Amino acid sequence: MNLFKKKPLPEKTEKAKKTDSKSTPAVPDGMCVKCSGCGKTVYKKELGENKICPECFHYFRIGAKERVKMTADKNTFEEFDKTMHALNPLNYPEYEEKIKSMQEKTGINDAVLSGKCKIGGQETVLCVMDAGFIMGSMGSVVGEKITRAFEYATENKLPIIIFTASGGARMQEGIVSLMQMAKVSAAAAKHSQAGLLYVTVLTDPTTGGVTASFAMLGDIILSEPKALIGFAGRRVIEQTIKQKLPDEFQSAEFLLEHGFVDKIVERECLPNVLTEILRFHNRKGRETNE
Amino acid sequence: MYLQKYYDSTIGKVVKPMSSASDKVKIARKVSRPTALEYINHIFTGFIELHGDRNFKDDKAVVGGIAYLNETPVTVIGIQKGHTTEENIERNFGSPHPEGYRKALRLMKQAEKFKRPIITFVNTSGAYCGVGAEERGQGEAIARNLFEMANLKVPIISVIIGEGGSGGALALAVADRVWMLENSVYSILSPEGFASILWRDSSRAKEAAELMKITAENLLEMGVIDKVIKEAAGGAQNDFSFTANLLKTRLENEISELTSKDIQTLLKERYDRFRKFGDFTE
Ligand SMILES: [Zn+2]
Repeated sequence: MNLFKKKPLPEKTEKAKKTDSKSTPAVPDGMCVKCSGCGKTVYKKELGENKICPECFHYFRIGAKERVKMTADKNTFEEFDKTMHALNPLNYPEYEEKIKSMQEKTGINDAVLSGKCKIGGQETVLCVMDAGFIMGSMGSVVGEKITRAFEYATENKLPIIIFTASGGARMQEGIVSLMQMAKVSAAAAKHSQAGLLYVTVLTDPTTGGVTASFAMLGDIILSEPKALIGFAGRRVIEQTIKQKLPDEFQSAEFLLEHGFVDKIVERECLPNVLTEILRFHNRKGRETNE
Repeated sequence: MYLQKYYDSTIGKVVKPMSSASDKVKIARKVSRPTALEYINHIFTGFIELHGDRNFKDDKAVVGGIAYLNETPVTVIGIQKGHTTEENIERNFGSPHPEGYRKALRLMKQAEKFKRPIITFVNTSGAYCGVGAEERGQGEAIARNLFEMANLKVPIISVIIGEGGSGGALALAVADRVWMLENSVYSILSPEGFASILWRDSSRAKEAAELMKITAENLLEMGVIDKVIKEAAGGAQNDFSFTANLLKTRLENEISELTSKDIQTLLKERYDRFRKFGDFTE
């Protein structure tokens, strides 16, 4: 199948592997940007719509809005819960201000964008996390939006696709954030019991409480190449075991090798692969339900 | 008998009840704090421990098996700490690996098959952070428990008996009833971790503990837990049978109430119990 064919990568990707993905910047404003993969300064427009370094094929992080644009069929995305925003359960100092400034910076109400759309003509619910919004962390709003997205999908017998990008739970909301893990997982379980398809696409970074809940619950788990995926942070583990960890530790390739990812898919192939997976399950659904 | 003051042999002095969150963190982490196996042996009879996840190994940080609560057969599972360094090394300081969570899930599925209520005792600073834990999918193991526990067709009661640390605690606490012993704590991560992540200063742990709402009292108010079980002044180690007997009575009452519900009602209420969490506006 052509879909799954990977583009040959240049030699330089070895170097990209070695960089700490935590320091990977999103594409900033301005004409030029320094690639954290190869260290070269490249023209922003040279990155192309998939935001990939032309020199070393390093993937720049992309925001939720951009990802939706890259993934959904043109003009099909209908956003859910646009006006929801976080309160402050711990009265954490300046949390409201932080949320507000993040909303202004990213143009979204919290670290996930949710809605329904078509991908390759197939109707689906789609959630996309945004690592640019307080590290994509999951608090009440992320938990509630994703839970509602699952519930909408269950009610309307739709598949759901979630792109994860998160540092884990939203610390500023304390235990309420922890409870979101149980809430979302229970909604995912209901969707699953209804015999519906759930696909996760893990992107850089997917860690902590998001890994330990919905990220790992997909019927099919895809990942972008070299994405950082794990439960515990690398530094925490290094402190615990008092050793340096190899570069490839907690990479998408590491998870594939250990059996926790179904398939690594190049960014430019994702819409086609998702289309194919949706189509496959659509056909099956028609046969068994009618 | 609820004691107002007690001679605490571990610190060698008379103690008064303490109240601040950071004091509770200290009590919750005491090496003398009664462990899961002590509660299991005191409350239940005929405990038969069952081992292993049938996949990789037997994680000694998690204990579980079958027992009677009076006449009722139940499945009991606990995260086990030790009282000495040697015991703690054996129990990995109460930090389970993925195989520990998978053992717990195996025993919970077994309980479902034989229609036995499940009682879990949670006491962990968190799931273990290490190379093997990542290789074997710590995140997946926790996620799977959350997913499966949401729909287990038997009553589940979870009791946080010491530390309830993050996802590693939640993985055994998606229950119909979640209780805490009076001096236990339950949190998104340790106060030290919280201070270090948010303020880059782990020495501000005390301040973090007060801010984070981690005490039984705070969490009862927030609806995260349903009941607080009293302890003797200074902590449950000062009068173990007081707390254990109290817990036993509460468990007997609650299990009989939960068993009388039909399964669909039970599952719906469990879903709604977790569905309500969130602090947002639209
Ligand atoms: Zn580059």
